[in-house]
Amino acid sequence: MLNQLTISELTAKLAKREVSARAATQACLDQIARVDGKIHAFLSFDAADALAQADAADKRIAAGEKNFLLGVPIAVKDVLAVKNQPLNCASKILGNFTSTYDATVIEKLKAAGAIVFGRLNMDEFAMGSSTENSAFGLTRNPWDLTRIPGGSSGGSAAAVAADECIASLGSDTGGSIRQPAALCGCVGLKPTYGRISRYGLVAFASSLDQIGPFTKDVRDAAILLGTMSGVDPRDSTSVPQPVPDYTKALTGDIRGVKLGLPKEYMIGGLDAEVKAAVDAAVKKYSELGAEIVEISLPHTDYAVATYYIIATAEASANLARFDGIRYGARVEGNDPIELYAKTRGAGFGPEVKRRIILGTYVLSSGYHDAYYLHAQKVRTLIRNDFLKAFEKVDAIVTPTTPTAAFKAGEKSDDPLQMYLSDIFTISCNLAGIPGISVPCGFTKNPKLPIGLQLLGKPFGEESLLKIAHAYEQNSPWQKEKAAI
Amino acid sequence: MEYEAVIGLETHVQLKTKSKMWCGCANQYGSEPNTNVCPVCLGMPGVLPVPNEEALRKTVLTGYLLNCEIPRYAKFDRKNYFYPDASKNYQLTQYDKPSTANGFVEFEFAGKGSANGMGKVRITRAHLEEDVGKLTHFDRTSGVDFNRAGVPLLEIVSEPDITGADMAYAYLNALTEILHQGGVSDCDMEKGMVRCDVNISVRPVGTKELGAKIEIKNMNSFSGVRRAAEYEIARQIEVVSKGGKLIQSTRRWDDVAGITEEMRTKENAHDYRYFPEPDMMPLAPTDAWLAEVKALVIELPIARKQRFMRDYQLPAGDAEVFKSNVELGNYFEGLAKQSKNPKAIANWIINNLLAKLSEANKSEADEQAALGIEPANLKLTTLADLKFPPSALLELVNLVEAKTISSSAAQQVFTEMFATGKAPAVIVQEKGLAQVSDTGAIEKFCDEAIAANPAPVADYKAGKIVALNSLKGQVMKLSKGKANPALVGEILERKLRG
Repeated sequence: MLNQLTISELTAKLAKREVSARAATQACLDQIARVDGKIHAFLSFDAADALAQADAADKRIAAGEKNFLLGVPIAVKDVLAVKNQPLNCASKILGNFTSTYDATVIEKLKAAGAIVFGRLNMDEFAMGSSTENSAFGLTRNPWDLTRIPGGSSGGSAAAVAADECIASLGSDTGGSIRQPAALCGCVGLKPTYGRISRYGLVAFASSLDQIGPFTKDVRDAAILLGTMSGVDPRDSTSVPQPVPDYTKALTGDIRGVKLGLPKEYMIGGLDAEVKAAVDAAVKKYSELGAEIVEISLPHTDYAVATYYIIATAEASANLARFDGIRYGARVEGNDPIELYAKTRGAGFGPEVKRRIILGTYVLSSGYHDAYYLHAQKVRTLIRNDFLKAFEKVDAIVTPTTPTAAFKAGEKSDDPLQMYLSDIFTISCNLAGIPGISVPCGFTKNPKLPIGLQLLGKPFGEESLLKIAHAYEQNSPWQKEKAAI
Repeated sequence: MEYEAVIGLETHVQLKTKSKMWCGCANQYGSEPNTNVCPVCLGMPGVLPVPNEEALRKTVLTGYLLNCEIPRYAKFDRKNYFYPDASKNYQLTQYDKPSTANGFVEFEFAGKGSANGMGKVRITRAHLEEDVGKLTHFDRTSGVDFNRAGVPLLEIVSEPDITGADMAYAYLNALTEILHQGGVSDCDMEKGMVRCDVNISVRPVGTKELGAKIEIKNMNSFSGVRRAAEYEIARQIEVVSKGGKLIQSTRRWDDVAGITEEMRTKENAHDYRYFPEPDMMPLAPTDAWLAEVKALVIELPIARKQRFMRDYQLPAGDAEVFKSNVELGNYFEGLAKQSKNPKAIANWIINNLLAKLSEANKSEADEQAALGIEPANLKLTTLADLKFPPSALLELVNLVEAKTISSSAAQQVFTEMFATGKAPAVIVQEKGLAQVSDTGAIEKFCDEAIAANPAPVADYKAGKIVALNSLKGQVMKLSKGKANPALVGEILERKLRG
């Protein structure tokens, strides 16, 4: 089944002309036809366009062209701009908006030969941890259709886990790649802030957002990271750091590597099976020659509060442009204010409104210093916690989530409970460091994936991928497939 | 009780750059609506701003021109408000960390608030922000033109050092002259490149505490600013002298009615919820970059005027002409440096060259307009197009100085060299304009004149000294204007007295 292949497996077969890009793309489309009615990872896709791209790729392969992603079908979260494709951020407010340009990462994927197809479901404007906040219906976890796939990039994780594409792109503001990757049993990487251009990523919280890949193994994450990274003249927060061949780091040899275990992460709400799986993974690392060191990240307790101040403050401004004036859905009014109120009232869902109101409040005159300014200071302390820890260790090991996937509807009436499901992933964005989630086991009944999170030094993706890869090579989890 | 006004100005100036502040769209006035736009300046989903280096350079250059400090750390902030002319519903501006701060402008001003004929206004800051789109209201709908959205805009905030409407007017003229000559902005008011808000309060003379600050908006010319300030000062003084109380508010100037009207008071002022723009890194100019910008600083207009008066002994009027017209000033200085008589050079440039140029330009404009050429595309003769080299003017002055030609002959030479570009010496020779200083020849003309004009001769002898002028005129006529007028007078007097 071609749709089950990894990028490296598929490109090897394509290079040897054993298979065609068209066949691989058709296999993905067939799988979508078979399972997406149940999963609903895709909001839309254009099969004819995907096959046309595949045919073009086949021609290039026939002409002898070699490229990292030539002929590889990759699906995209509905938050990234792809020219002439719909862009809705799983919100009603964008109406029938079609992007007029390609995000920088999309340009890079296309240049590397990828078949960029499909719009993947998500929490509206990437706000949520379950994909239940989509205006277009929820996505279900391929391992248990009564459960959520995580969020906000739930569609991206579910599509990869259900083999509806070879790999996918998501975005991570507080865990939106790593958390759904963990809950769906795939690899999810959030790069260092500034590693990948954000141009063409519809902003939720500009200082926290990063684009990253969902893949079936660590090697594929390395391939996609290498393709997408690099400074971009259209994003002045992208960093002119050289881009190595990340796959070269995947040696399997991690002897002498120091891994930190933050004592603050052993919280009460941590599920026993999740804890056992993470403990087993740490033991495996020890067997592979890594040194395990207990570390402290003393400001961890403040991360969630800090995050929800900074992220919502930035979001309140970022989402102001959706006003019905220039594009998207409009509800008419007698004056601009009425038009804004009606358009935004009808266009945004409850979680988005909640966060806009929160963000507006924390920035408002009289509260700005107590909330926003204070949160910025705490953010610096949190970053310093990590930088200090990285003086002693090469990477930090934690569970990705406190529990495995929860049931749809279970937390949707309790936003605070929902916010706490990101407790292990949020600090990474506040600190701007890279993080990856790799499968590290399953709960017993029901059988649900568990994710291991590794956090690395700023721009330390090579070492992070090496450490993740060594574990993956010595564990059976990656080979397991959801039975749909 | 006597009251005085305290005035501060917030002046917005569009920077002269090829492209907009955050994208590559043309910064160009007068295009068809929504043609200089792209996803970035339209605020499409997913776009990011990238600062225009040239705009940053011109901001810091303005700082230097206005004697400002250039902080080593500056940043952009988001100013949040909803309005259809703002494509993102926030404006990027420098809120608490501007690129320039603490400067001043000095300018000639003789009214209230001046010292030694000079006015001085301290500059709080000149900070960079983006312009917004332009709204047009039709019968039943409104349209937004985003061509102007994202054009780099400098806001220059003055301290409340201005004491009256005239001083505000003088300050604005001096400020825009500096920015225009400094290459920062074209400062074309008609094209909306300069906009100005005025903050006015009044207080009893001798007190220190400031009265309620009232902001006046919507003036579309500098004279509008002056009229609005005059009106508002009088209005406020009337209110307080009748025991009324003023409150902090914003008022709109109605240019036709000549009055200000309340727009909003402090209670319903906007909360802009400023916070640092997370899509951009803070600015940290390096020494090398600052040195590069500093090298672009021009001599300030007022310094230039004072130097021209000092170095070339020009009267203030002449120096003023060369101050406001930089090209002409440069032309003058190029020659004045080589001349023993800079004042004569200045006279020729201001009285003759400018007149000829404007005469020529007028007929060129008429001709080209008749051919249907748009006013903006007229091709007019400038200093650079003159047919004669600058050295020819120097030569002409020298010919007069050396008494080789008379000043009236010099006029003819100038007309000819302007028309043909021929060298003055050649013209003098061709037209036989060399002055006659040969006493023998002049004596002969004098004798002829005396013989032919008995009436003025009699008048002169009867003590009517002015009658000599008439005889002088006759001699000049006989010599075809070539006789040295001083010699003519001398010889005539000797002969008549004798």
